[in-house]
Amino acid sequence: MSKTYYDSADLRKFGKITEWSEELGNKFFDYYGKVFEEGALTAREKSLIALAVAHTEQCPYCIDAYTKDTLQRGVTKEEMMEAIHVGAAIKSGATLVHGVQMMNKVNKLEM
Amino acid sequence: MATKSLKARNNDIANTSRQMEILSSGIFETGELPTFAAKIKETGQFPLRPKKLEILQINLGYMCNQVCEHCHVDAGPDRKEIMTVETMNQCLEVIKKTEAHTLDLTGGAPEMNPNFRWFVEEASKAGIKDFIVRSNLTIIRANKKYYDLPEFFKKHNVHVVSSMPHWTRGKTDKQRGKGVFDLSIKALQELNAVGYGIPGSDLKLDLVYNPSGAFLPGDQQALENDFKKALKEDFDIDFHSLFAITNLPISRFLDYLIASDNYEDYMHSLLDAYNPAAVENVMCTNTLSVSWDGWLFDCDFNQMLNLKVASKVKHIKDYNEELLQDRNIIINQHCYGCTAGAGSSCQGVVA
Repeated sequence: MSKTYYDSADLRKFGKITEWSEELGNKFFDYYGKVFEEGALTAREKSLIALAVAHTEQCPYCIDAYTKDTLQRGVTKEEMMEAIHVGAAIKSGATLVHGVQMMNKVNKLEM
Repeated sequence: MATKSLKARNNDIANTSRQMEILSSGIFETGELPTFAAKIKETGQFPLRPKKLEILQINLGYMCNQVCEHCHVDAGPDRKEIMTVETMNQCLEVIKKTEAHTLDLTGGAPEMNPNFRWFVEEASKAGIKDFIVRSNLTIIRANKKYYDLPEFFKKHNVHVVSSMPHWTRGKTDKQRGKGVFDLSIKALQELNAVGYGIPGSDLKLDLVYNPSGAFLPGDQQALENDFKKALKEDFDIDFHSLFAITNLPISRFLDYLIASDNYEDYMHSLLDAYNPAAVENVMCTNTLSVSWDGWLFDCDFNQMLNLKVASKVKHIKDYNEELLQDRNIIINQHCYGCTAGAGSSCQGVVA
């Protein structure tokens, strides 16, 4: 076990998860590859979505991978940062919209 | 942004044997990654051999008005290596008898060679129909004496291939120097004005995209669509095709990879994207590269590493196509740059 929970070199070993469960691992990677193909959305759009979600999931491997992937697709820094703000806005919005629940409860409990 | 070549800075990496040493040690010595030779042996593609010669790529000199961060030629204003008329005449003799149909002129900025126009005219008389000039665009606006280059290109039906790392100013200037974006846009508009790059036009104008950092180029077609849309909307510019080219780990780009601690990751990326189908059509199989002083190389990159062809004939003055074509192509770990993904060459993807 390494001394830190995350090691950037582990990202390259992602494919190894199939070694301990081949069928499920392969099915996952097939699905994963298919998701990111050009479709109704462009591969570039999908990559930006992945970058935003990587941040809301706070996954350092995904941030590493999709920062590189978006750069490869010619995405600018401004576009990358705006995408992250979209994720952040939904995260904070999701927190704040629960404020209505709090307000409902307060209104119900208070005389 | 550097304003001097590695050579002028006396940088260690300006020394080609030092570059070869780096490419053969570390992760390739320990066996963490296979050498290029071992890799192509897996698919029976070793030794790599030339196919029919199609392109003669001639480097007219390392002098350039720009000092791009990724430049594998280490070109710049301080480089004085320029092809002489004597060597040009030797090239013309070869042009008269070669099977190659395309003359690909590169540099530095090839237009900065004082005999550039004379050479194009003579090569044209010698029967070359397909000319490619690797123009950095800004040269057209660098000095009054170059303002009429678009007309000159048009007169000889030169196929213009120009570097353009991005459709935005920020990314372009960071790689190629301050002000390069605006000058490049102006140059592209002038090329369009004389008919270059217009849909359906025979005056071919293609752009070359190099990633501005330690990552590989994305899908060539998708990038071309993005470039076309942005350049048309923002500047009313047309061009024909975009070639997405992978940066090879040599010269200034190698220096950058090492200094930024990206070298190992970059080599892993090249290996991860290795495509045996791309090996089939790498440019060294149909191109010969001639240096400013007349030496012969399998490709432009081998030229920069000073790896002369493995043949009895090593100089343009002794040119013998039959002998030359019967050779093994010299390979090393930098070759992984041409076999990643859809492959990479001076003519874009190969697989």
